[in-house]
Amino acid sequence: MTTEAGSETEVKEKAEETSAQPDQSETAEQEGQEVANVEGEEKEKGKEKEGKEGKGITRYLPTWFKKQKSQSQTSPTKEVPPAGEPVSKATEGEEEPAPEVNGHAEEVEEKEEVKSEEAKEATAAESDSTASAETEPAREEKVEDATAKSEETTKEAAEAEGAEEEQKEKERQGHVEAEADGGESQTSIFQSPLRLVRKNKMKVVVCRVTLLDGTDFTCEVEKRAKGQYLFFKVCEHLNLLEKDYFGLTYKDSHDEKCWLDPTKEIKRQIRSNNWHFAFSVKFYPPDPSQLTEDITRYLLCLQLREDVSSGRLPCSFVTHALLGSYTLQAEFGDYEPDQPRPLDFISQLTFAPNQNKEMEEKILELHKSHRGMTPAQADIQFLENAKKLSMYGVDLHHAKDSEGVDIMLGVCANGLLVYKDRLRINRFAWPKILKISYKRNNFYIKIRPGETEQFESTVGFKLQNHRSAKKLWKVCVENHSFFRLNAPEAPTKARFLTLGSKFRYSGRTQAQTRLASSLIDRPAPSFERTSSKRISRSLDGAPVISITEAGSETAENGRDPHLELHSDSKSLEDEIASVLLSRRTAAEFYSAAQPQRSVQEPTLDAAATTCSAAAAAAAPTAVCSSSVSAPSATEVCAPQTEAAPADYTSSDTKEPAKTPEVEIEETVVIQEVSRAVKLGLVPVTADSPATPPAEPEPKPQDQIEKVEEEAAAVEEVKPVKPERASSESESEEEAEYQPNVAASITQTKIPEEKEEEEEEQMTKEEEQQQVSPPVVPAPPVEASEPAEELSQEEEEEAKKEDTSVVEEKKDDQEEKESGRETEESTDDPMVTPEEAPEGLILPDETLGAKPTEEQERPKMNGEASLVEVDPRPQVICCSEPPVVKTEMVTISDTFAAQKTEIATKEVPIVHTETKTITYEAAQLDGNGDGEPGVLMTAQTITSESLCTTTTTHITKTLKGGLSETRIEKRIVITGDCDIDHDQALAQAIKEAKEQHPDMSVTRVVVHKETELAEEEED
Amino acid sequence: MAGLMAGFGHYTHAVVRGIPASLAKEALRTSQAEVDLTGARTEHDAYVEVLRTKLGLEVVELPADESLPDCVFVEDAAVVCGETALITRPGAESRRRETEVMKEALKDLNLNIVEMTDENATLDGGDVLFTGREFFVGLSKRTNQRGAEILADAFKDYAVSTVPVLEGLHLKSFCSMGGPGLIIIGSSEPAQKALKIMQQMSDHRYDKLTVPDDIAANCIYMNLPDKGHVLLHCTAEEFPESVKVFEKLKDHMLIPVSNLEKVKVDGALTCCSVLINKKANI
Repeated sequence: MTTEAGSETEVKEKAEETSAQPDQSETAEQEGQEVANVEGEEKEKGKEKEGKEGKGITRYLPTWFKKQKSQSQTSPTKEVPPAGEPVSKATEGEEEPAPEVNGHAEEVEEKEEVKSEEAKEATAAESDSTASAETEPAREEKVEDATAKSEETTKEAAEAEGAEEEQKEKERQGHVEAEADGGESQTSIFQSPLRLVRKNKMKVVVCRVTLLDGTDFTCEVEKRAKGQYLFFKVCEHLNLLEKDYFGLTYKDSHDEKCWLDPTKEIKRQIRSNNWHFAFSVKFYPPDPSQLTEDITRYLLCLQLREDVSSGRLPCSFVTHALLGSYTLQAEFGDYEPDQPRPLDFISQLTFAPNQNKEMEEKILELHKSHRGMTPAQADIQFLENAKKLSMYGVDLHHAKDSEGVDIMLGVCANGLLVYKDRLRINRFAWPKILKISYKRNNFYIKIRPGETEQFESTVGFKLQNHRSAKKLWKVCVENHSFFRLNAPEAPTKARFLTLGSKFRYSGRTQAQTRLASSLIDRPAPSFERTSSKRISRSLDGAPVISITEAGSETAENGRDPHLELHSDSKSLEDEIASVLLSRRTAAEFYSAAQPQRSVQEPTLDAAATTCSAAAAAAAPTAVCSSSVSAPSATEVCAPQTEAAPADYTSSDTKEPAKTPEVEIEETVVIQEVSRAVKLGLVPVTADSPATPPAEPEPKPQDQIEKVEEEAAAVEEVKPVKPERASSESESEEEAEYQPNVAASITQTKIPEEKEEEEEEQMTKEEEQQQVSPPVVPAPPVEASEPAEELSQEEEEEAKKEDTSVVEEKKDDQEEKESGRETEESTDDPMVTPEEAPEGLILPDETLGAKPTEEQERPKMNGEASLVEVDPRPQVICCSEPPVVKTEMVTISDTFAAQKTEIATKEVPIVHTETKTITYEAAQLDGNGDGEPGVLMTAQTITSESLCTTTTTHITKTLKGGLSETRIEKRIVITGDCDIDHDQALAQAIKEAKEQHPDMSVTRVVVHKETELAEEEED
Repeated sequence: MAGLMAGFGHYTHAVVRGIPASLAKEALRTSQAEVDLTGARTEHDAYVEVLRTKLGLEVVELPADESLPDCVFVEDAAVVCGETALITRPGAESRRRETEVMKEALKDLNLNIVEMTDENATLDGGDVLFTGREFFVGLSKRTNQRGAEILADAFKDYAVSTVPVLEGLHLKSFCSMGGPGLIIIGSSEPAQKALKIMQQMSDHRYDKLTVPDDIAANCIYMNLPDKGHVLLHCTAEEFPESVKVFEKLKDHMLIPVSNLEKVKVDGALTCCSVLINKKANI
C-alpha cells in the first residue's frame, strides 16, 4: 500500500499534469514507463526469460507479484500495503513506472471526473481503469468469439455492469460508475493503459478536424489511437450525444474521402502523415424530427447546408430558396427590414451552387415570412424539407454496369439505388438483397427471387478499382446495419475463411441510437448558432458549438457510457463497464474456444450442415435454458427467443438481427460443443431438448474434457494459423455480407422500408420464417441459405483445418454469446437482444449454448495451451473462434489502438483459436513499463501454464512469477467457471487496482484476428 | 408557405386546347376507328366545363391549330410541377410545334419555363406520372432516356425513375394517380408489370387500385380546397366494370367524364389538360 500511496501521489501529480495535458502526461508516463522498463529489464534479465514483455513485466514483477498475488488471492477490494511498500521501496524507476500506469488511468479519470480525488481513490480508479483495460482485451477476445462484435460489446458491457454489481464492492463500483460517467475520459483511460503498453511507440500527434461549421478543431491524439478516440474527442468538443449519425472522414492517398473506422488505429487508416479529418454526417436520419436534441439537428442542418450549397444534394430553385430562408431565420433570426442592403449581405452567403440575384431575392422574401420562428424551429423546417429531397442521404459511387455503361450506385437508408445520368434505373431495397460482396473491382449483390422467380439472381457492377469496390461494400454493410438491424452484426467467422474482409458495422444501429437518445435527459445544451463559415463568411469563424455546460458534458459521459455499452463495445465507457465482466467472458471464451478447437475437427462436417446454424443459435439459448428448464431444444429455443424480445422490449431496443452467417457459425459451434460435452451435442443440434438440461450440470466435466481437447486443439490450431494468414490476405481481395438474414429479422421488428406491399409481405413472411426456424429445428429456407453459403464458403476457401478453425471461431462466438447471454440477460437489454436474435435464429443453440459455455471453460485451458505460444504476461489470450474473435478484436481495438498490434496476429477465421495473442500492450500500458517486447508474448507464452492458469483461475498469475503475471492471473480467472471467474476476475482486478494502482492490467492476451481484417479493410 | 411537395392534387389553373377539324382524319392513332368530330368537340366542351364550372379551376383555353391535329392533347406538350414547367419535345415529329403556344401560355402564368432543346431528347407528357413524391417516366415510342434525363434535371427535388412501356402508347395509357399514394392501374399484364417496376423503384409505398380496363385507369385526381378528393374517371357507358371499382372510393367526389371519341385517337382524360397550382410553393 505504501507503494501505492507513493504511486498515488505521483499519480496525482501526474494526473494533474495530465489533466492539463492528457496527451503529454501520457507521453511522460510512457517515458517513465520506459525508464522503469529499462531498470526492470536489467533486473529482470536475470529473473525472467520472457521476451520484451517479460522485461517490462519483470521490472514490475516484484511489486506486481506481490500485489498481484494479493489481488488474486485477496478480495478485490483489499489492498496489499506490504506489497505496495516493497514496490515503493524498490527503485524509483520501478515506482515511477507503476505510478505512471496509475497516472495514466488516473489522468483519464481525473480529467473526466475529479482531479482532486484522494490518492487511494485515484489508485482505485486507476486500478479500475487498468482492469478495464484488461477487460478490454477480454472483450476483444469475446468479440472475436462472438460473431457480432456489437452484440458482444453490448453484452460485455452488460456483463461488465453485472459483474460490477456482483462484486458488490460499492466503493469500486462507485469508481467504476464514475469512470463510466467519465465516458470519454474512460475511453481515454482505456487508451492510456494501452498507450502505456505501447509506450515505446507512444507518440502524440496533433489531429485537425474540420467541423461542420467550417472551423477546425485540433486535439492531440496518441499516434496509435483508434478512430473512436478522436471521434469521441470531437463529439465531446461539440457536446454531441447523438453521435451515431456522424463520423470522421479522411482523404486517402488517392485523395478520396474515406470514413475513419472507429475500431482501428487512425495511423493505419490514413497511411500518411496528414492527420486532417472532417466531421460529417455518416447516416442521414430519414426522419430528423425523431432526433432528440436540437444540437443534433443543428449539426445535421450544417451538413445539409453544405450538401446543398455544394450541389451534392440537388434541389430546385424553389427549394434552394426555401432552405436558404430557413437558414437565414435560424442563423440571424427575424428579418430586419431596416437592415441596409440585405442583398449585399446575403450574397456573401452560399446557398446554392448557382446562386443568383433572383434566388437571393426569393430567399429574402421567404425569410420575411418566417418571422417569429425560433432557430430550432427553423432548423426543423429546414430538415423537414431537405429530407424529402430524393437524394437526401444517398451516398453515390461511380460504377459501370455489366455492359460497361457508366452508372452511379447510391447507398441509402432504404437500400441500393442505381442511377444513370440522374435517372433512377433500378433500386434494390435492403430486404431484397441477400448478399453483398465484392471481389477485386467487382461489386455484387445477390437478389432475393421475386414472387414469380424461382432463383435468386446476382447483379454485378464494375467499380473503378478494388479500393472503390471495397469502399462501396463497406458503406453498404454499414448502412444496412445501421438502418435495418436492431443491433450491429458481429463479423462472421465463415466469411473470414471464405471472404477476406471481416468488416462489419461496429457502431450503434439507428434503433439503438434512438433508444439511447430517448434516455437523454440533460437540459438542452446551449450552443452558439453562429452561422457557419461556409455559409456566411462575414461571420466570425468562432466555433459554432461551444460546450457551455460542463455539467452537461459529464451528463453526456455518464449517459453515453450506458448507451454505448448497449450499442457498441467500442465506446470506452462500455469497455470499462465490461472490463470485469469481459474478463469473465473472456475466460469463458477461452475455455470454450479451446474445447471448440478440439471439437472443431469433428465439427467440420457439422459446420457444413446448415442445421448447425440452428445449433449456433442454441448457444445463447443454452444460457437461457440453464436458468429455465428446457424441455426440448426447440422448446428451449422458443423461450429464449421470447425472453430476448422481452428484454429488448424492456430496453426498447429491437432485437438485433444477426446475420445468417453468424448463425451458421454458431451452429458449427454447437456441433463442436456436443462433441466436447460428450452429451451427444450432435443430438443436441437435432434433438436439442435432451441436451439443454444436461448441459448445465455436465459443464464442469465437460470443461475438463474440453480442456484436454483444447490442448489438442491448440496444437491443431498452430498449424492453422498460417492458413488463416492466407485467408486474410484473400479477404482483402473480396468480402461478403449477407444482410438478408439480419435484415429479415430486423425487418420484422423494423418496418421502415415499405416498398411494395407484396414485397413487404414477402419479406415479412421470410422474416417470420427465419425467425421461426430457430424454434423449429428444421432450418427455414433463408436460414438454410446462409448456412449453405457459409458451408460453401468454408468448403471453398477453408481447408479442413480452416474449417476446423472456423468452427472454433463459431464456438468462441457461441461462448461469447452464451456468456453474454448469461451476463447480459440480467444487465443489458441491448445485449439480450443480440442474444435473442441468435436464439431466435438457432433453436438448437440453447442446447449448444450451455455446452458452449462449458466448452468455453475448457477452451480456457486450450487457450492457455495456445497461450504458450504467447508470452505469459498477456495471459488473457483469447483463443476465440476466428470469426467471432475478429469481432472481439475490433472492439478491443477501438478501445485501445495499441492492442491492435497484438491483434494483428489474429487471423480472420480459424486462426483466432491460436489468436491467444497476448495483449502485451495492455499490460505494458497498465504497467506503463512494459516494453515493446511484450508484444512478442503471443508465441512464447507456455500454453500449459496459461491453460492451467486459466483453469486454475487466478493462480496462473503466479505462473508469470513476474509482476506481469497478474494479467495471466486474470486469464486464469476467466478460464475458470464463468461466474466464479467473473467474480474472481472482478475481485482480482479490484484488488489489483486497490492494492497497486500501478498494477493496472497491463497485459491481456487476445487473439486478434481483427487486425488482419483491419489491415485488409484498410 | 406550403413546404416542399405539399398539397398533391392542388390545382388552380388548367390549360386546355380546342379540337381542330384535322383531328378526325389526321390525328395519330393506333386504331382505325372513325372519329366523330362533333362528338369529340362536345365531349371536350363537357370536359372543360367540368374543370371550369364544377371544379372552379381557372381554365386557359388555347385555340386549336389545324396544322396540329393532335394539339388538343396538351398534356404531352408540357410537364408542370410546382412552379416549374418543362416544355417537352414530343416524340412524334408532327407534334413538335404544339409546344410553342403552350410555352407562351405557361409563361403568362409566371411559371419557370424549362425547355427541352436537346435534339436527341423526346418526351411526351403522357409518359410522365407524378405521384406527389416522385416521377415515373415511361420509356416508350414517344419518350426516350434523354428526355427523361432532362426532366430529372428540371425537377431536381424529386426522384425520377424510368419505366419501360412495352405496350400501349404512353405510361399513363394504363395508369394514373387516384390520390396521394394511390395508383390506379389497369389489369393487363404490361400494366401490372409496369406497376411492379414502379413499386420496386420507389422508396415510397403506394396503394394500388386495379381496374379491369387499362384505359379506364387513366383518371384525373385533384384535391381541391372545398371539395376534397376529386376523381374524374370514365363513364359507366364506356367501362362499366371499371366504374364499379371507382365507386368503391367512398372518400372521393367521383365525376364521370365521357371520352368516347377522343379515345379513338389515343386520347385519355389526362391528355386534354395541363393542371397547374399557382400557389404550390410559397
